[in-house]
Amino acid sequence: MAVETRERPAARRPGELTFVELLRWCWRQLTSMRTALVLLLLLALAAIPGSVIPQEEVDSLKASQWQDAHPDLTPVYERLGLFDVYGTPWFAAIYLLLTISLIGCFVPRIAVYAKALRSQPPATPRRLDRLPDHATYRTDETPDQVLARARALLAGQRIRRTDPDADSVSAERGQLREAGNLLFHVSVLVVMAGFAIGSLFGYQGGMIVVVGNGMSNDLTSYDDFNPGSLFGEEDLDDFYLDIEDFDVEWMTSGPAQGQARKFVSHVRYAEDGGEPEEYDLRVNHPLTIGDTGVFLIGHGYAPVITIRDGNGDVAYSGPTVFLPEDPSFRSIGVVKAPDARPQQIGLEGWFFPTYAFTEETGPFSVFGDAKNPAISMQAYVGDLGMDAGRSQSVYVLDKSDVELVESPDGSMFRVDLALGDTVDLPNGAGSVTFEGLERWNKLQVSQTPGRWLTLVGVVLALLGLLGSLFIRPRRTWVRARRDEQGDTLVEVAVLARAGGDDVSTVLADLLAALKQDEQDEQNEQDEQHEREEPR
Amino acid sequence: MTDAGWEALSNQAVAGAGVLYFLALLALLAELVVARRVAEPADATAYESGAAGGLTVAIGPDAEAPTDADDRRREAFFGRLGLLLTGLAVVVHGFALLCRGLAADPNRVPWGNMYEFTLSGTFWIALLFLVALRRFALAWMAPVVVGVVLSLLMLAVLVLYAPIAPLTEALNSPWLVIHVVAAIIATAAFTLGGISSVLYLLKSREGASSKGYLARVPAPADLDRLSYRLHAFAFPVWTFAVLIAGPIWAYEAWSRYWGWDPKEVWALITWVVYAAYLHARATAGWRGRKAAWLAIVGVATLWFNFVGINYFSSTSQHAYAAPASHHASPEVGNLLGESRT
Ligand code: HEM
Repeated sequence: MAVETRERPAARRPGELTFVELLRWCWRQLTSMRTALVLLLLLALAAIPGSVIPQEEVDSLKASQWQDAHPDLTPVYERLGLFDVYGTPWFAAIYLLLTISLIGCFVPRIAVYAKALRSQPPATPRRLDRLPDHATYRTDETPDQVLARARALLAGQRIRRTDPDADSVSAERGQLREAGNLLFHVSVLVVMAGFAIGSLFGYQGGMIVVVGNGMSNDLTSYDDFNPGSLFGEEDLDDFYLDIEDFDVEWMTSGPAQGQARKFVSHVRYAEDGGEPEEYDLRVNHPLTIGDTGVFLIGHGYAPVITIRDGNGDVAYSGPTVFLPEDPSFRSIGVVKAPDARPQQIGLEGWFFPTYAFTEETGPFSVFGDAKNPAISMQAYVGDLGMDAGRSQSVYVLDKSDVELVESPDGSMFRVDLALGDTVDLPNGAGSVTFEGLERWNKLQVSQTPGRWLTLVGVVLALLGLLGSLFIRPRRTWVRARRDEQGDTLVEVAVLARAGGDDVSTVLADLLAALKQDEQDEQNEQDEQHEREEPR
Repeated sequence: MTDAGWEALSNQAVAGAGVLYFLALLALLAELVVARRVAEPADATAYESGAAGGLTVAIGPDAEAPTDADDRRREAFFGRLGLLLTGLAVVVHGFALLCRGLAADPNRVPWGNMYEFTLSGTFWIALLFLVALRRFALAWMAPVVVGVVLSLLMLAVLVLYAPIAPLTEALNSPWLVIHVVAAIIATAAFTLGGISSVLYLLKSREGASSKGYLARVPAPADLDRLSYRLHAFAFPVWTFAVLIAGPIWAYEAWSRYWGWDPKEVWALITWVVYAAYLHARATAGWRGRKAAWLAIVGVATLWFNFVGINYFSSTSQHAYAAPASHHASPEVGNLLGESRT
C-alpha cells in the first residue's frame, strides 16, 4: 500500500481504495463468518416459496392446475421462476456464493491448521491469573515434584517441549476439533458435487407396464422422461424387462380392511443381451440393472375392452390403463377408437373392482380386489381430435368435436358392463365388450450417478460434525516456583477454546488431582515410616 | 386382546398421561407459588443449589436466609411431587405409544400420521428432559417443559386425532423406522433447546432483578451454554435423520433421494437455520440474543414442518401429510398430467 501511495501521491484521498484493494476487501467480506451466516439465512428463506407454490419438477399436474386457477399471478410468478425455484438463477446465486465463501474461508484454514499441527503448544503466558479459569495454591513440595506430577496428569495431551529447568508445563488437547470442522465443511462441498453430478448426468423416468408385457429400455418405452441437462440418450443402459406376474395381498379384515399389502412383481430381465434373470420387485426393494434402478411405485387395473364400430369391425381391443382414484381402486379411464367407422368412438368413465350400488351413493367399489369387476362409462361419437397431430393425453378425451351418445328416447345411456358382457350402442353406432381384466404396474426407472459420492459426503460430514461439536479444545498451564518464604507457589489455568465449554470443573478436578496425588504420596511415605518403625 | 381393544387402551392411556401431566403441572405451579411466599431473594442462585441435589431442587432462592421452614418444606414437597408425577406420566405416555403400535395390524411403530408423530414427539421431549434432569440440573425447567408437553398433547388429541391405520407399503421400511426415530429425538431435543433459548431471552432482558419464575432460572450465561449443548446434541441427530436416513429411504421408495418435496424442503430449511445458529455462536455481533432468536426460528420451522406445512401444500408425498390417501399408488396424481400419445 505504501508503495502505491508513493507512485501516485496526488490521486489518493484518505479512505479511497485501489481496485486491487477493493477486490481484496470484497473477498474478505465474502469469506467472512458474517457473510456465511447471512447467506445461510438467505438460503433458508429462498427455499420457502418452492414449498408453498406447486413446483413443475415436483408435481407438474398441481403446478398447471394452480396456474389455471391464478391467471393474473401466473405470468409474474413465471418470470420470477417461482414454479421452478430450485432451478432459478437467484437460488443458484445464493448457493454458489455460499460455495465460494466456503472455499475462500476454508482453504486458508486448512493451511493454518496444518501449521498448527506441526507447531508446539504455546508458551505459558506470564500472567496466568489474567485467564478466566485459574487457581493458585501453596505446597511444601518442590516445583519439580509438582511439575512432574502435572506432566503425568496431562500425559494424554500434547505437551510443550521445554528445557528441563523451565518453571511450567503447557499442554493442549482437542486439536482434532478443528479437523472435524474442516472435514465437515469440505464434505459439504463433496455432497454438493455429488448432488450436481446426479442432477446433470442422471435421469428420472416413469412408465406403466401391463402385467404380462415388458419394456425395453429406450426412450419410446417411457411415459415421462426427465433427463439432466448433460444426459444423453446413449447413456441409457441396454436391457429389457418383462413383468411376468403380479401378486397382491388384500386385507380382508381389521381396521385396514380393503387395503393392498405386499405387492410383488415377478420380473424377468436381461442386460446387454445376456442371460435372463428373475427378480421379485417390491416397493422399497428396487432392482438395479447396470447403473439403472427400477422401482415399483404403484399398480392398478387395465380392463380389456373391445369396441366394434358401426360396420361391425373391431375398432379397438386391448387392456386399457385405468388410474385408481381412491383406496377402493375405483379407477378412471378413457378408451379411444379412432379407427371406428363411420364415426370415431370414445369412452370415458369408471372401473369398479368390486362393484356395488345404492340409491344414495350411486355406483361405488367396496373393495380393491377384483371380486365383482364392472365398468360404467359414457360413450361419445364424432371426431376425437387425434388426427391433428397434436399430442394428446391418453387419459383425457377431447370432447370439442364429439357428441354424447344417448338412448333413442333421449334418456341417459351408460355403458354399464360386468365382466364378459357386451352392450350395443344406440343407433347402430357399434358395441362395447368388457372382455377381461389385466393389471398394470407403474415403474419408475432412473439413473442417479454420484449418489455414492453424496452418501460418502454426508457420512463424512456427520463424522466431522461430531468431532467439531463434541471435541473440546482446551489449553492447560501449570506453573510452580519458589516464593520468598521458600514455599512452592503453584498456579494452574485452563482455557476453553470452544464456545459452550465450561472448564471450571476441569480446573477443579485438575487441582484436586494435583493435591490428591500429593496427599497420596504423603500417605505412602507415612505408611513406609510406620512399616519401617518396628525395625 | 383385539386391535380395537389396544386402540381403546391407548386412547385411555393418553388421557391418563394427560391427567398426570396436568397434576404434575399443578404441583410445579404450587411449588412456584410457595416459593414466592418465601422471602424475595437479592441474588437468584437457586439453580446452583439445585445443581447439587439433582431431584431435590425445590430449594428456595434464598436457601441461607432464615424463613418459614414450613413453607420451605412444602415447596420441596411440591417440587418433588411434580417431578414424580411427570415421571409417572412419561411411563403412562410410553405405554400409550406401545398400545398404539400393538393396535395396528400388522404391529408397527407408532408414527403413521400427525397424531402419532405428535404423541411420540411429546413423549420424547418429556423423556429426554427426565434423562437430562440430573446431568444438567434442569429441575427449574420442569414447569415449562410439562406445560409445553401438555399443550402439544392436547393439540394432538383434539385436533390431530386419526383412527389407526396400517402404514402404506412405501412406509414399510426399516429406514423409515430409523429416520423417524432420529427425527423425533432431534425434534424433542431442539424443542428443549428452544425452551431454554426463550428463557435465555427473557432472563437476559430482566437481568439480575428478575422475579417470580425467572428468579429460579439460571443465569443467562448458563442458559446459553445449556442451549448450545442441547442443540449440539440435536443437530447431528437431525443431520442423520433428514440428510442420511431420509434420503436413503426416499431413494428406495421413490427412486430419488432428494425430490424437493415440501417436507424435505422444510427439513432442509430447519437444518440450515440451525447451521446458522451454530455459526452465529462463533460470529462477533451475533452471539447471545441474536443466536437465541435463530434457535427459536429453528424450532418454529421444525414444528411448522410436520404440523403446518400440510395446510399450505398438498403436493407432499410424505404419507402422514395426507391421512386420507392411504392407497397404494402415491404417484397417480402425477400420471394424470402426463401425456402419452
Ligand atoms: C454450506 C454452507 C455451510 C454450512 C452448512 C455450515 C455449517 C456449519 C456448522 C453446522 C457448524 C457448526 C460446527 C461447529 O460448531 O463447530 C459450522 C462451523 C463453522 N463454520 Fe460453517 N457452514 C457453512 C459455510 C461456512 C463458511 C462459508 C464459512 C466461512 C466463513 C464457515 C465457517 C465456519 C467456522 C469458522 C465454524 C466454526 C465455528 C466454531 O468455532 O464454533 N462456514 N459451520
